[in-house]
Amino acid sequence: MLTVIPIHLGNIHKKFGTFVASENVSLDIRAGELLALLGPSGSGKTTLLRVIAGLETQDSGSVFFGEEDMTNIGPKNRQVGFVFQHYALFKHMNVLQNVAFGLQVRKKKLGLSNTQIRERVLELLDLVQLGGLEKRLPSQLSGGQRQRVALARALAVEPKVLLLDEPFGALDAKVRRELRRWLRLFHQQMAITTVFVTHDQDEAMEIADRIVIMNHGRIEQIGTPEEIYKHPASDFVAEFIGNGGPVPGPAPVYLDAIPKIKEYEVEA
Amino acid sequence: MSQVLFAETPTKLLTQEFGRVVHRDPLWARILLIGTASLFVVLLVLVPVAFVFVEALSKGFSVFWQAINHPDAVAAFKLTALTSTIAVALNLLFGLAAAWAITKFSFRGKSFLVTLIDLPFSVSPVISGLVFVLLFGAQGWFGVWLQQHDIKIIFAWPSILLATIFVTFPFIARELMPVMEALGHEEEEAAVTLGASGWQIFWRVTLPNIRWALFYAVILCSARAIGEFGAVSVVSGHIRGETNTAPLHVELLYNEYATAAAFSIAAILALFALASLVLKAMAERWITTDLYSDFIFRSKT
Repeated sequence: MLTVIPIHLGNIHKKFGTFVASENVSLDIRAGELLALLGPSGSGKTTLLRVIAGLETQDSGSVFFGEEDMTNIGPKNRQVGFVFQHYALFKHMNVLQNVAFGLQVRKKKLGLSNTQIRERVLELLDLVQLGGLEKRLPSQLSGGQRQRVALARALAVEPKVLLLDEPFGALDAKVRRELRRWLRLFHQQMAITTVFVTHDQDEAMEIADRIVIMNHGRIEQIGTPEEIYKHPASDFVAEFIGNGGPVPGPAPVYLDAIPKIKEYEVEA
Repeated sequence: MSQVLFAETPTKLLTQEFGRVVHRDPLWARILLIGTASLFVVLLVLVPVAFVFVEALSKGFSVFWQAINHPDAVAAFKLTALTSTIAVALNLLFGLAAAWAITKFSFRGKSFLVTLIDLPFSVSPVISGLVFVLLFGAQGWFGVWLQQHDIKIIFAWPSILLATIFVTFPFIARELMPVMEALGHEEEEAAVTLGASGWQIFWRVTLPNIRWALFYAVILCSARAIGEFGAVSVVSGHIRGETNTAPLHVELLYNEYATAAAFSIAAILALFALASLVLKAMAERWITTDLYSDFIFRSKT
C-alpha cells in the first residue's frame, strides 16, 4: 500500500534568535523503521521532527526522502503524515470530515469522487478501530480515540513518512501503555518509515527500533534500545536512560493478532 | 475530575467559577458594589435611552412617522447605510489580514504595526476629520491637484467614507487578534501537511474557528460606523439630503428646534444599537463556547 523510503538529514542547523535548536545534525533514518527522538525538553527533538515535515525551515542543511531532495519543498507537498501532540483535530468537523480532509483538498488532483473518499475513510477508521464513530465531533471523543483519529487523518493521504510529536504525551498512564503497544504493532503492519518524539525513556525503549538521544541541539547517541542501555556513549546518556529502567527491547510481535484496545470513554 | 469537566456545559462551568469568587466577598460589599454599578447603568444608560424613545413619540406616532419618512431623513439613512457598509467591508478585509499577519507570523516592526492599528482609538475623531480636510481640502496638500482633476472628496461622500473607515479601523483587527492568538496555529499546520493550499486552509479551517469572533467584530464595527459623528461632522459639509448622515441629521434637526423629529431619527439609531447589542451578546456566548470547548478538548484526557 505504501512505498517505504529512508530519510536523510544532512547538517541541519536551526537557530531561534540566539537559541540553537539544532546544531549541524546529520541523521539517516532507515526505510520502514520506527525511530524515537529522545531527549529532555529544549534538546531540539521537536525542531528536528518539524524540519522533516517542512513545518520549520532550517537555516542550513538538506532533507532527502529516498533519492528525492525535499530541502526546498514546503510542507504542503512533502506528503508527510504529522500527528501533533494535542492532535490538532479540526474542532468543527466530525471524525469522518477530519480524516477525509487531506483527500478532500486534493480531490481533483487525485481524481477521487466523494463516494470513493468516504469508502477509503471508513476503511481507515476500521483500521484504527474507530468504526461507527465517524459522526462524532472531536470534543465527543476520549483522548485515546482522538489520537487515533489524528493518526487516521495523517495516514489517509498515504504519506511517505509518519511523524509523531509526543504521541502519548497528552494521555493518562493507563491509556498510554495500551496505545504504545498498539502503535508498535500497528507500525509493524503498516511498514511505514516512522519517527516519533518523546521525552519518556521507557516509551522509547519499549517500542522503538532505534533511538536517537538528543541534548542541546546535538545527537548524543544513536542505537537500538539494547545498545543504548548496555553501552551508553556518554555520561549524559547513562544518566538520562538511568539504570533502574525496564529491560529494553520491543515486545514480541504477533502480526496476525493486533489486540483490540480497551476504550476508556468518559461517561457523559 | 475529568468526568465532572465533561458533564458540565462550558458556560455553566464558567459562571460557577466566577460565582465562587463573588461568594468570598462579604454580603455588604456585594450589595454596595452591585448597587452602585446598577445605579450608574440606570442613570447614565437606561434613562437616557428610554428618554430618546419617549421624546420621539411625544408628539404622537404620526409626527414620528413623518420625521423618519422625510426625504432628507431617508437620504441621511441611505448615506449612513452606504458608507457604513463599505467601511465595514473594507475594515473586515483589512482586519482579517492584519490579525492574520500579526498572530501567525513574526516579523520586523510587528509591535509598531499593532500600535498603529490602535491609533484611531486614541486620536479624537474631530482631529481625524481635520486630518482629511488638511489632506484633501481646498487649501490641503492634494487640494489643487484634486480641483484640477475635478475630484471632490471633502464635503462629499468619499470623505465621509474615509473618515468612517479611519475611526472604525481598529475594531475588527483588535477583536480577532486575541482569539486567533488563543487558537494557535496547530490546526493550520495540520491542514498544510495534509496538502491544503492557503485558501483552502483559510476557508475550511481558520474561518470556521473564528466565525463568531468575526461576527462579533463586524457588529461592533457596524455600530460604531453607523453612529460616527465627530470625524464625519468635520468633513461632510452638512448638505441636506446630500452629505448629511443620520447622526448629523439628528443634530441639524435639533438645532432647528425640531426636537421630536430629531429624537425620531435618534430613536431609529438607538434601535439599531440595541439590536446590535443583542447580537453582540449572542456572539460573545458562542465565542466563549468555542474557546472553552477547546480548553476541555486539551485538558480532558
